[in-house]
Amino acid sequence: MTDLTALTIAEARDQLKAKAITATELTGAYIKAIENANDMLNAYIVTTPEKALDMAKASDARLAAGNAGALEGIPLGIKDLFGTEGVHTQACSHILDGFKPHYESTVTANLWADGAVMLGKLNMDEFAMGSSNESSYYGPVKNPWRAKGSNADLVPGGSSGGSAAAVAARLCAGATATDTGGSIRQPAAFTGTVGIKPTYGRCSRWGIVAFASSLDQAGPIARDVRDAAILLKSMASVDAKDTTSVNIAVPDYEAAIGKPLAGLKIGIPKEYRVDGMPEEIEKLWQQGIAWLKDAGASIVDISLPHTKYALPAYYIVAPAEASSNLARYDGVRYGLRVPGRDIVDMYEKTRATGFGDEVKRRIMIGTYVLSAGYYDAYYLQAQKVRTLIKKDFEDVFHAGVDAILTPATPSAAFGIADQDLAADPVKMYLNDIFTVTVNMAGLPGIAVPAGLDEKGLPLGLQLIGRPFDEETLFQTAHVIEQAAGKFNAPKWW
Amino acid sequence: MSVDISTVKRVAHLARIAVSEDDATRMTGQLNAILGFVEQLNEVNVEGVEPMTSVTPMAMKKRQDEVNDGNKAADIVANAPIHEENFFVVPKVVE
Repeated sequence: MTDLTALTIAEARDQLKAKAITATELTGAYIKAIENANDMLNAYIVTTPEKALDMAKASDARLAAGNAGALEGIPLGIKDLFGTEGVHTQACSHILDGFKPHYESTVTANLWADGAVMLGKLNMDEFAMGSSNESSYYGPVKNPWRAKGSNADLVPGGSSGGSAAAVAARLCAGATATDTGGSIRQPAAFTGTVGIKPTYGRCSRWGIVAFASSLDQAGPIARDVRDAAILLKSMASVDAKDTTSVNIAVPDYEAAIGKPLAGLKIGIPKEYRVDGMPEEIEKLWQQGIAWLKDAGASIVDISLPHTKYALPAYYIVAPAEASSNLARYDGVRYGLRVPGRDIVDMYEKTRATGFGDEVKRRIMIGTYVLSAGYYDAYYLQAQKVRTLIKKDFEDVFHAGVDAILTPATPSAAFGIADQDLAADPVKMYLNDIFTVTVNMAGLPGIAVPAGLDEKGLPLGLQLIGRPFDEETLFQTAHVIEQAAGKFNAPKWW
Repeated sequence: MSVDISTVKRVAHLARIAVSEDDATRMTGQLNAILGFVEQLNEVNVEGVEPMTSVTPMAMKKRQDEVNDGNKAADIVANAPIHEENFFVVPKVVE
């Protein structure tokens, strides 16, 4: 029998429906793959094999009865940011020590309602703050990809590093992830997987641990474009419990795949050509342009003049919102408590012990920019710049552009414990230079693998779409995938 | 703008994070690197530009003002480090 973990979601769905395999067999194959690999990769921080097999059994019963859901029997990994009832939910932070919610996030509830099976909780940067998965309380994740002829461990990107690594190493059929500044798209690009951050308001944020509420969005990481479309269809919903959930019906994203590109206008923004960008990235971008042109799209040069200000504006807005959201971790209602001589001392000791360095840094920046006398100079200025960033996109969409093609990241995956990056937080932040604009403007963005660099590491391209036009992104990304082929990490783990 | 060590200590207290002298020194350098990076926003002409308050053009959704949840005190305190009879227990705050 072939390895069941090699099946895509679409393939597994067909085989389950045809009764060629059972959900219990498929789930068993993933549980075994995780047992064999996780000590080396550290993608999962908690596994739930008994729960998975119970869910698979129920799926088999529904498949037999002919009332299978859209994701019936498909085993998924869940980022630790999603509240999962009775199961470890800590945003990979020590401060949520022992937290097991008595509720289920809307996104995961949607997946279970469609028949999906939960394999466990995936590693991530603490509170989704990071681009390398190194800020996790549970230690770094190893990228399944290594440079040709090297044994050096590379990061899988972040913050959804566990999600991306688990998908690339076939330790789940697909994974949930979240993206505040690039946390779905950058790890997808680093691991040769597909990741989509949908439009702000498409997936409910209810039950997801909050980082920066005006930027956070959930989305899937998957092995290919079709799988990403299948997952997003189930994750997305209109939810009365999230006031920013937008009241637009969820379309059948899979139906957009395979449609011809004739008549589509793809914009190429000149501001995404940055100093010091490796020549390989530029070459990949040109290759992507050629593929889309060959497929019948028309290519136009565009300008998004405020691009360079997106990252600095993000590093005011996101920490400001985080400092407010993370004020709730005070050692009183949940998680860790470190005793002190009085209540303030208890708060301060709890938060000093419970939060890691990167989280503390961002809380400090956020507290500073919101403090009396600095609010106008920093926060208000950043929110005005954000208006201009969004207007840049509105102008090009108004001029008839359907989607925008850019590189996904300024480099391929880098090494774990890179000294250069550890010494200067701003250098790490630059990883999100191509992705963060999309969050600032609330737009959908997809990262799709487009090639390997000279060391044999995956590189991705990004497509940015109009609000709630994820369909054009799936349609266009699929053309790139067809031209580039799929990329699998050679197994060493 | 840049911060000195006494500002860092004041901000840490506002954020309720205990910092040692060494922490504060290290953080001062890191925060100044970040503040230096965001300084470039001052180049942008924002005259007449409204600050963003919502990324999607939508009116705030409102629900009916009616009770639709409750009677779950035990669930709510279940994850508390210390609780007693459905109350969160904290150190004494009244002298």
